[in-house]
Amino acid sequence: MSRLTITASTPLCLLQDGGRFGVRHLGVTQGGAADWCSMSWANWLLGNGLDVPVVEITLGGFAVVAEEDCLLALAGADLGAQIDGEALAPWRSFKLSKGQTLQLTQPLHGARAYLAAPGGFAAPKVLGSSATVVREELGGLDGLGLPLARGATLSYEGQSLGGREMPLELRPDLQSDTPLDLVLGAQIGQFSGQSLFDVFNSAWTVDSRADRMGIRLLGKTLQYQGQPMISEGIPLGAVQVPPDGQPIILLNDRQTIGGYPRLGALTPLALARLAQCLPGKKVRFTPVMQEEGWRKHKNYLKSYL
Amino acid sequence: MSPRIEVAALDCLMLRLFDEIAEANMPWMLAANERLRAVFGEQLIDLVPSYTTLMVHYDLASLSPTQARELIAESLIDLSPNARTRGQCHVLPVWYDLSVGPELGLLAERSGLAVEEVIRRHSAREYQVFALGFAPGFAFMGLVEEVLAAPRLNTPRKKVAAGSVGIAERQTAVYPAVSPGGWNLIGRTPTKLFDRNRDGYSLMQPGDTVRFEAVSHSEFIDLGGDDTPLETLA
Repeated sequence: MSRLTITASTPLCLLQDGGRFGVRHLGVTQGGAADWCSMSWANWLLGNGLDVPVVEITLGGFAVVAEEDCLLALAGADLGAQIDGEALAPWRSFKLSKGQTLQLTQPLHGARAYLAAPGGFAAPKVLGSSATVVREELGGLDGLGLPLARGATLSYEGQSLGGREMPLELRPDLQSDTPLDLVLGAQIGQFSGQSLFDVFNSAWTVDSRADRMGIRLLGKTLQYQGQPMISEGIPLGAVQVPPDGQPIILLNDRQTIGGYPRLGALTPLALARLAQCLPGKKVRFTPVMQEEGWRKHKNYLKSYL
Repeated sequence: MSPRIEVAALDCLMLRLFDEIAEANMPWMLAANERLRAVFGEQLIDLVPSYTTLMVHYDLASLSPTQARELIAESLIDLSPNARTRGQCHVLPVWYDLSVGPELGLLAERSGLAVEEVIRRHSAREYQVFALGFAPGFAFMGLVEEVLAAPRLNTPRKKVAAGSVGIAERQTAVYPAVSPGGWNLIGRTPTKLFDRNRDGYSLMQPGDTVRFEAVSHSEFIDLGGDDTPLETLA
């Protein structure tokens, strides 16, 4: 077993995995890494299963000291990672020797970085997953939903199979301005014609009111003209429009059911990209048909093979 | 019933069975729930029933949206509720008291009924569990008598005690854990609604039915209830 001691952390540094499934009908949210693509790459770099537990570091402020020689991997946002003060670029596995400190300082590109260890970090499974959901007191190192705290120990049992570096052409472009793919939902026809035009023809600004439940966008006011809705299941990435007309995109820790009308839902790939956007970033939407989005998704999954 | 299959997300389809909330929906919802689970098998990631809809979250790696739609259509063939698809009935003891249910007085005032009558009427009905949501194990139940219906509080409480029994419009619910909340509180149950160590985790499942049974303070305490007054929690 290899261990790391956490010497700095914030409430936004959480143990995450692929998420908690099969219990949403009980009101239990999905949880899991907000940028599932980068989580998968962090694990891929070590030859792990793609959804084993990783550390999700949002915005930085996290540091660990190696208690033994460790092989680790970092993917996702560039949070100014350093080993003993020397810059470390993401998208690669690396050695952290006994006594060395890995530090993630501040967001340079993107919002969320993922730290992986051989075989995944050790953590109990609660309702089938180690994903930390603070609000529900589920998951994490002790199973009680607490963020990673200074002084805690991360450990892993896996053997390192040797490291990898991600081919340049596969690295996600976190700065990309490509519009986000939006699968149109059932209420799309009940927004005003002007609103439908505005959704796809104007820029939306990521608001500072953003967390793992949802990300608010600011822009033109959207008008829903349909009947009030009865609460129904909310998919990951749902773009809901509350009465103030400003869309909220729902993330991993969203409530399981809700009654605001929806434009539809971002595709998982688009949502992973949105999860890396800092407040102030401008995003655009483009409509995508389910089948077309599905083919893109299947193709992307092949890049992990 | 006029089933419709709607797009919810790349990997989610919404099966809409009804357009209105009604207790009579539930046998059909349960039957559809059972069928969908059987037809999708391992390809089902999650199935979220709520009042009039069932959201099917399927595995994108093994099913295309078109295939998922076909499976839902298949699950609807000759669908009918039967005795096997009935939920469980739970009896929840409740200590109805102003110290743990401060809106008892408000509901009495609104309805023109005595507090004892509000309690009697709330505990007289057998309620349907329409959906679970908001928090793990939080069951939306109904329908309460029209005369007991009341809108949510203008300002939600920052802290509601675990076991608190509330009313919002014509629905009633129990808060499984300490949380913020805007429902009108009328009492508290000692029964634990969500337990990670229990088989199935949640006491209640969609489609179950619930009856509330008024108990005295001493019975409430004997059953393990915590009588800390609400105002001392805030």
